[in-house]
Amino acid sequence: MSSANPYLDAHGQDTRNVHGHDDGHGDHDGAAHGSFKGYVTGFVLSVILTAIPFWLVMDEVLPSKQATVAIILAFALVQVFVHMVYFLHMNTKSEGGWNMLALIFTLVLVLITFSGSLWVMYHMNENMMPLSIHEAKNLP
Amino acid sequence: MSTHTMQATTTADDFIVREDHHPENGTLLGFWLYLMSDCLIFAVLFAVFAVLGGNYAAGPAPKDLFELELVAVNTAMLLFSSITYGFAMLEMQRNRIRPTLLWLGVTGLFGLAFLGIELYEFHHLIHIGAGPQRSAFLSAFFTLVGTHGLHVTFGIIWLVTLMVQVGRHGLNTANRRRLNCLSLFWHFLDVIWIGVFTFVYLMGVLR
Repeated sequence: MSSANPYLDAHGQDTRNVHGHDDGHGDHDGAAHGSFKGYVTGFVLSVILTAIPFWLVMDEVLPSKQATVAIILAFALVQVFVHMVYFLHMNTKSEGGWNMLALIFTLVLVLITFSGSLWVMYHMNENMMPLSIHEAKNLP
Repeated sequence: MSTHTMQATTTADDFIVREDHHPENGTLLGFWLYLMSDCLIFAVLFAVFAVLGGNYAAGPAPKDLFELELVAVNTAMLLFSSITYGFAMLEMQRNRIRPTLLWLGVTGLFGLAFLGIELYEFHHLIHIGAGPQRSAFLSAFFTLVGTHGLHVTFGIIWLVTLMVQVGRHGLNTANRRRLNCLSLFWHFLDVIWIGVFTFVYLMGVLR
């Protein structure tokens, strides 16, 4: 394994040269790199943002269920954002902005799919009137 | 090239996309687009769960079935695997093969632990008669969580494959690109899991 090392070092150097040539953006273009500090920050934030919702639900801290739901959804959104930044290294410049554009486009589709399904299906359920006891008794 | 075709060649040249115009990491952008399409699959499954999640067919409700302690442990496993994969990437950037392989191995073990706990939960649910055919709620639950578990399974297979590749050929450009793609995939699965534990488990118990 050690005999292969010089060759690999040369390769590593190669990649770095390719990176330097890349628009002069430095490290944060193309394959974005994380740092130890970044990963640990993301991890600690994620642990906090996970522990609080579980605590809220398991110990039934709040009297109102609606409030609990709203808070844990907010925590989930923040945690998704934390993962995007610290683990997936998303920024507006990666891949010349195409990553972000694809993400925004997908989020719009997700929003339409999700809220559209709920909206349509809720109204379908509302309009399907359940049988009354009288009707049920006189079924053919 | 003969002289009388030169006119044609110069005209055609205008339409040829030169290598320089290629993005440096086209694979990563392509892989990101794949992840976005995967995101749509999960969005649809989440929507299905949102619509059918309350249809118990006089069967068990989430409150009767879910053990949040187990889900919390599962979440921890996936989160640990995320940061250990991050450490593997940091070692990759330092060109150190052995530590990279070590952290990838640890990541794989956490992934396996996650899968083991999930399979235990599924087995337990099916054993007590709360299988996917019991109610619309359980069908939607098994489809959504099962699809995520299937992704993790393939992620682990990919991880082992890459460990063999790195062990054989070292951290060359191709293997670095592959590790970068798997990094996106692995962290993406953790993002989906945030949605699963919040929307399915925590909100299910609150319902």
